[in-house]
Amino acid sequence: MSINNQADQSRRKFLGNSAAVVAGVTIAPGILLHTPAQARSLDQAASSKQRWGILIDTNQCDSGCDKCVTACQTENGWGKNETKSNSEQQAQWIRKVELKDPNTGHQQSLPVMCQHCENPPCVDVCPTGASMKRDDGIVLVDKHICIGCRYCMMACPYKARSFIHEELKGQATVAPRGKGTVESCTMCVQRVDAGGSPACVEACPGKNGKAMVFGDLNDANSEIAKRLKQYGGKQIRADLGLNPSVRYQGI
Amino acid sequence: MSIRRVVAGLPLIMAGLLALPLSTHAGDAPQVAKGKGDACVEPTDVIRKNHMDLLKHQRDDTLRRGIRTKKHSLNECLECHVQPDESGKVARIDSPKHFCSTCHTYAAVKLDCFECHSDLPKSMNKSAYKHKLTPDNKHHASMQSAPVSRQMLDAIANGEAK
Repeated sequence: MSINNQADQSRRKFLGNSAAVVAGVTIAPGILLHTPAQARSLDQAASSKQRWGILIDTNQCDSGCDKCVTACQTENGWGKNETKSNSEQQAQWIRKVELKDPNTGHQQSLPVMCQHCENPPCVDVCPTGASMKRDDGIVLVDKHICIGCRYCMMACPYKARSFIHEELKGQATVAPRGKGTVESCTMCVQRVDAGGSPACVEACPGKNGKAMVFGDLNDANSEIAKRLKQYGGKQIRADLGLNPSVRYQGI
Repeated sequence: MSIRRVVAGLPLIMAGLLALPLSTHAGDAPQVAKGKGDACVEPTDVIRKNHMDLLKHQRDDTLRRGIRTKKHSLNECLECHVQPDESGKVARIDSPKHFCSTCHTYAAVKLDCFECHSDLPKSMNKSAYKHKLTPDNKHHASMQSAPVSRQMLDAIANGEAK
């Protein structure tokens, strides 16, 4: 396994270098032959070369802060147009969780959302194939074929998914949502496809520096991979062997 | 009247009967909102007949594979065809003046795209959804900030939230 990974790494480095050379070739001053790296072209499919992940440093996460939650709501349009559902029923793509160690009284705060598992149980149990994992590791619900059975909600150990109980109006263009379907964090797939990072990561102020880092877990040179290599990161319920893409430090 | 005369007149009567529904239909044909651009992404007869297949193909490519070409994207249809009229009003999906519902109402074909998708193009859908505030609807009061913890969720459920 490690031998294979090394082979991939060197191949990727070689490809990366040659891409940089090609990108430097100009037709005329100011016009590049290739668009800069990161953003995929529109007609290119997501690839398993990437595996998008989020690293959350709980030491930097302020317990009074919910900027990641509100940023997610603004971007994806949830949390304001479900007027008939009660608080148990309302969608919750990302939530802040407070932890307290009863022995020491030590308190921690951290955001929890879909953990984008490598082996997602929600995908295993879905009877229609609506619950799916993209090649780049982002776990999504295809609402076109979701029948609203909610097996995935029962299968998810992170309580990451919500069901829409009522007709909605005023959905965001980037995040279609509707009655009778299940939904969850999409890792802001629309932003990722455009070369950006999720709204929560972008909005996170942190205490002294950001508490959230987004990046490609497969790319050894990405900030997230470097941080994970240096400081390590924990998976919530690692014992389940789901290998989530969202990792935590300080828990 | 001899039987021969009746038989001779039959084609005329038949022709008249056939022409009847055609003539009444011509006047009711849906007046589709014109697009912003010069031409559609496909010839009119192709798009009329196959738009649902093109959209379905695009939706699977986009959602499942992350391919985001714009040619057959639903949002691009809206960008071009959902525009304010002379009075500056934009027809929403529940009005037969909305580009999609014009024909779908006429043909009585139920359209469920907009149960999830926005019926406004992205360029017009920037403002957040606002619903009417009434004394009974204290939704905003309980949702000033999102319920960030179990405690807050419980507080809202018990009506203790400020």
